[in-house]
Amino acid sequence: MIKNLNFLGKPNRDKLNLFISIGSTLFLLGIVDVTLNSFFEINITSFLPKWINYFTPILFGFLGLYYLRIDFSGNIRLDSLNKNINSNWFNSLLTLLIIFALIQNIPPLLNWLFFDANFVGETKEECTGSGACWIFIKIWFPRLIYGLYPNAEIWRINLSFILLIASVISLFYLPQKLKKYMIIFLLFIFPFIMINLISGGNFGLKWVETIAWGGLSLTFIISIFALIFCFPIGMFLALGRRSSTPVTRYSSIGFIEFWRGVPLITVLFMASVMFPMFLPDGTYMDKLVRVIIAITLFEAAYMAEVIRGGLQALPKGQYDAGKSLGMGYWKLHLLVILPQALKLVIPGIANTFLALVKDTPLILVVGLLELVGMIDMAKTNPDWLGFATEGYVFAGIIFWIICFSMSRYSQSLERKYKTDR
Amino acid sequence: MSDQIIQMQQVSKWFGDFQVLKDVNLEVSSKQKIVVCGPSGSGKSTLIRCINRLEEHQKGKIIVDGTELTENTKNIEKIRAEVGMVFQQFNLFPHLSVVDNCALAPIWVKKMPKKKAEELAMEQLEQVHIVDQAKKFPGQLSGGQQQRAAIARALCMKPKIMLFDEPTSALDPEMIKEVLDVMVELAKGGMTMIVVTHEMGFAKEVADQMIFMDEGMIVEKASTKEFFANPKSDRTKLFLSQIL
Repeated sequence: MIKNLNFLGKPNRDKLNLFISIGSTLFLLGIVDVTLNSFFEINITSFLPKWINYFTPILFGFLGLYYLRIDFSGNIRLDSLNKNINSNWFNSLLTLLIIFALIQNIPPLLNWLFFDANFVGETKEECTGSGACWIFIKIWFPRLIYGLYPNAEIWRINLSFILLIASVISLFYLPQKLKKYMIIFLLFIFPFIMINLISGGNFGLKWVETIAWGGLSLTFIISIFALIFCFPIGMFLALGRRSSTPVTRYSSIGFIEFWRGVPLITVLFMASVMFPMFLPDGTYMDKLVRVIIAITLFEAAYMAEVIRGGLQALPKGQYDAGKSLGMGYWKLHLLVILPQALKLVIPGIANTFLALVKDTPLILVVGLLELVGMIDMAKTNPDWLGFATEGYVFAGIIFWIICFSMSRYSQSLERKYKTDR
Repeated sequence: MSDQIIQMQQVSKWFGDFQVLKDVNLEVSSKQKIVVCGPSGSGKSTLIRCINRLEEHQKGKIIVDGTELTENTKNIEKIRAEVGMVFQQFNLFPHLSVVDNCALAPIWVKKMPKKKAEELAMEQLEQVHIVDQAKKFPGQLSGGQQQRAAIARALCMKPKIMLFDEPTSALDPEMIKEVLDVMVELAKGGMTMIVVTHEMGFAKEVADQMIFMDEGMIVEKASTKEFFANPKSDRTKLFLSQIL
């Protein structure tokens, strides 16, 4: 069929304008057909038999792209288009299918998210549109962020996160000398200020049990602590696994392989149910603390393997050079080996951190409710049944924003520390 | 005998079943310049790497500056701080600028104040004629410049002995000269040097003593003049005829 239609011959430069106009007309016709179909439910080719009708946009687009595929057209933009998305019939078909799929799917998605969605109101009954019911999220928002934390005390969570954000931002403006102290403060002192502020029990603050903590703030608390602690532990495990002392080496290997081999959900369950049984009578460790320790150790095992990858990528000469200058084990590793190895594995570290953040919803199994857990609770509330989709879409968007920013940050770190070998 | 800064007695070493060093005896007195040559795999590099214990010897005795090399880590670190080493592959630290490369060990190993260490580093870089490259990273330098930076880094520790492990083997022919020139200057300054190299021109100019190694043994040990004019063993003659 294509052969018969191809009465103009193979597209070439001589009749450039003719081919471009025919090609783009046909291509646009295909796009218009699909667009009208999906946005306005108008079918301009309805006079054709049904089976052809179904394929008309593809046919138009395919022919259009065929005529546009002019070798060395002299037009830079057309050439780069041809090279990248229209280099042969198969690529042009893929291009068309992707464009059509987008046109078909984006409008309904936008409709659901925005145009048919309800934003204004207080109750479930005000959700009249066919789209999403964002009122659900709006009403539950404080719970999704703060969990079951008492309303009167919410300022404490806000304050600690504002402090956190402020001190992180101040890092960018502080002079180099103070920066060092700020980082030490942030890593080793601030987390405990934050915990004290949120849990209370002293300085006239009301004690709030950890069972009441929840929502997005709990996601952040767990992530921050686990991130801070799993990194150095992973580093020591990685060094330990490469140690020449058998005791250190085998205990590191044992630790890593144990934690890597067990599913996180099991670890969490053990931490919350089994672990207290092994504690001596009278001692008590908060469930949240146990869970944070479990997640930290679990992710540390992964971190160790990521960092070990970086250590193994370094040439032996770097060790020789450091040693020949009289550096002992720790100086050699802290000044020469680790700075290079860690730089190499920034993508892997970011990967582990992202996985950690996304693993936090699993604490649901031990009864701690972070963002996803709170959504689970909200959607089963008798007044608000049937809004699970909105809840999970919301959680998905929040997690995506967190993870995407972390990923961007890791990329900027990579660029910053890029020095040529 | 007291000015013998390095003494190696009956040193042997094995890599698995393969013996790389066979009862090597070597004495180096202070300010002596020794050039070690020989075919590849003859144990030259292993020999000088044993002197600062980058390789462990398994038999015999190595005494450097009055301290015997044993398992004792403190001794090893002390000796390594006194023995500078320059490698075939430069082995500069790629994450640090050239001046930081040089200042790193003085600051952390010798506990020198940062400012003083950087001054020292600039001084040494001046000596190897790359003070203008001080702020660059090793990756931005040519091979010859990198090797000279590596020499400066070793010199910053004010070593008593310098070991060179084929310092020009990874360089373009054009850059070999700039590195050798620096080494000649260093030799004239009175440094004790042990150099593994195939640059016989350099050997003739600088060395007091030549050592020829083959199959883990010192085959010939002679003064430079004697070594080139009148080599004794057939193996040495063959080697010299091939590389000269």
